[in-house]
Amino acid sequence: MAKGEAARPQRTSRRKAGAGTPAGPDMVQLLTPEGERIERSTGANGVEYSVDFSDEEYRGLYRDLAIVRKLDIEANALCRQGELSIWASLAGQEAAQVGAGRAMRPQDMAFPTYREHGVLYCRGIDPIMPLSLFRGVDQGGWDSDKYKFNMYTIVIGAQSLHGTGYAMGINFDGKVGTSDGEAVMAFMGDGATSQGDVHESMVYAGVFNAPIVFFVQNNQFAISEPLERQTRVPLYQRSSGYGFPGVRVDGNDVLASYAVAKHAMDHARTGNGPMLVEAYTYRMGPHTTTDDPTRYRESAELEEWKAKDPILRMRSFLEKQKVADDAFFASVDADAQEIATDLRDRVLAMPNPQPVSLFDNVYPHGSPLVDAQRAEFTTYHASFEGSAH
Amino acid sequence: MAIETMTIGKAITAGLRKALENDPRVLLMGEDIGKLGGVFRITDGLQKDFGENRVIDSPLAEAGIVGTCVGLAIRGFRPVVEIQFDGFVYPAYDQIVCQVAKMHYRSRGNVKIPMVIRIPFGGGIGAVEHHSESPEGYFAHTAGLKVISVATPSDAYWGIQQAVASDDPIVFFEPKRRYYEKGEVDTSLTVATAPAMHRARVLREGTDATLIAYGPMVRTALDAANAAAEDGRSIEVIDLRSISPIDIATVTASVRKTGRAVVVHEAPSEVSVSSELAARITEECFYSLEAPVLRVTGYDTPYPAARVEEEYLPDLDRVLDGVDRAFGW
Repeated sequence: MAKGEAARPQRTSRRKAGAGTPAGPDMVQLLTPEGERIERSTGANGVEYSVDFSDEEYRGLYRDLAIVRKLDIEANALCRQGELSIWASLAGQEAAQVGAGRAMRPQDMAFPTYREHGVLYCRGIDPIMPLSLFRGVDQGGWDSDKYKFNMYTIVIGAQSLHGTGYAMGINFDGKVGTSDGEAVMAFMGDGATSQGDVHESMVYAGVFNAPIVFFVQNNQFAISEPLERQTRVPLYQRSSGYGFPGVRVDGNDVLASYAVAKHAMDHARTGNGPMLVEAYTYRMGPHTTTDDPTRYRESAELEEWKAKDPILRMRSFLEKQKVADDAFFASVDADAQEIATDLRDRVLAMPNPQPVSLFDNVYPHGSPLVDAQRAEFTTYHASFEGSAH
Repeated sequence: MAIETMTIGKAITAGLRKALENDPRVLLMGEDIGKLGGVFRITDGLQKDFGENRVIDSPLAEAGIVGTCVGLAIRGFRPVVEIQFDGFVYPAYDQIVCQVAKMHYRSRGNVKIPMVIRIPFGGGIGAVEHHSESPEGYFAHTAGLKVISVATPSDAYWGIQQAVASDDPIVFFEPKRRYYEKGEVDTSLTVATAPAMHRARVLREGTDATLIAYGPMVRTALDAANAAAEDGRSIEVIDLRSISPIDIATVTASVRKTGRAVVVHEAPSEVSVSSELAARITEECFYSLEAPVLRVTGYDTPYPAARVEEEYLPDLDRVLDGVDRAFGW
């Protein structure tokens, strides 16, 4: 051994066999990282998956991917410029989110975390909505019933119970059991799977045969903690303990993500009960803009995942299939730029809320305590010289 | 008038039955509330009459009960949750405080959670630990929740129906050791015409001091007032009914008249409902007070073993002692 070598300990792989085992025969994939189409792929649940899209639909998926990434880049920039207090980037998870979002039907209900900007976009919600939240102008506030996309949920895993209850309600309403039934998709990350709420939601979903899909985006990290700190088994296998099927899909493959999500939602809406989907992906950026991933992960790992980029993969496919030409990509880029610029302009023009509005909506029909404090607040502010109050 | 005599427990049962009859979106969820009728039999017979989809035996997981009921509320149901005992509400605490209480606010009024969380609370039943607690202060401190407690069969019957009909999330505290006390209920009223639960009620008029209580301590306060009358003291007794928000106008009107206030509850005193009352009364009735606002409460210990709980709980003598102190200042 040469001098000095002993002093430099070999880095032991964090990726123990089991939980972190990446793409393998258990993972549904319809598009290789190089953009080669795989006709059919069988999941760990024994289901054979495929998609049959028109050229127009293929291009539409690419367009979605490109736009949600561009919006994310713009939001990051706005945050770095002090226009947002924080931003939770979806970079790297576009395919999982667009696949899931486009697989949902209008009657389906989504229960997101705070990172589901791609799903939000697919549900037709103005992409400025999460920016007003992260700017601190409000705490959400889109019409969740109209868009069938619930409020962002910051407490990790709490929304899985809301989704399960909503799905139980679908059963009680008799809106399940046919091909046009309703279903729920509850989103969460790998970290959330350790939460008690998620465990309880899967117990309830199983016991009540609720029409819900637990869509876990395993992006390998819960802030700094790697997957191995959350689980000893691959996450999709957790479902067997609750009595429903689970499947792992390549979350960087929009076609497979769509196919698996659509099948799972149809499985649920036709009365077959819950399903767990693990979308195996990677968080390309930090947890949020306040995070520093260089403290806990190797740049080599990031480079490895860059080669599996969900958007480049779809672009390669479109180019190889000659489904899209340079003019198409240029027009998508131009459209994305236009939407992002518009987003920026609107964020900068967003007024701060009226201070007294902090008393609004504490209760549906008011409360004497809050009403009295609102009046005191108004009087206090009016007591300053030159006050407009 | 249609006066019926019933116990507090049976009044809640009858009120829940009315709520289920009046609105098909009302449903009940909790542990053992179906065939068993709940450990206190409050939901007795309801599953048989309304079915398993409206009176739902839940898995044994309280966060799951409240969390799934949030989802059911989002879908348009009006869930009534039973937490089996006061000390078992804490696994659901996050869902109640972070989700139930805040959903309307953070959604800018788009999402209502018209949920009732029923909790049998308080001690005096000789139970093992976690079965005798008074956690109302935790919930009263949380904006977005309303907290009420009933002390009479009439309030039990109408209060539960008003709570179910309200769009507010309501934590509904039931005085478990008083479940079997009887009283009259006028069943010919309506949810709208029955005395509104957000108002406190003067149960006994007096001129020398005001006893303020809620839930199981209302009976104790009334007994103390009757005993004090034998000593020539005229004590007014207020049943607070609404713990959050507090109907402070009824309280201050009484204290301005009597000049003395003693607050009674089973929960420990520190940072409690009585702390809040003492502060508000002092602020609003300062020049009417003959003595500071005094408190007779549980001690700032964990709820003790059953064989000493009578020493922990305010009783007739301790309340009278509190009254004496108010006069001796």
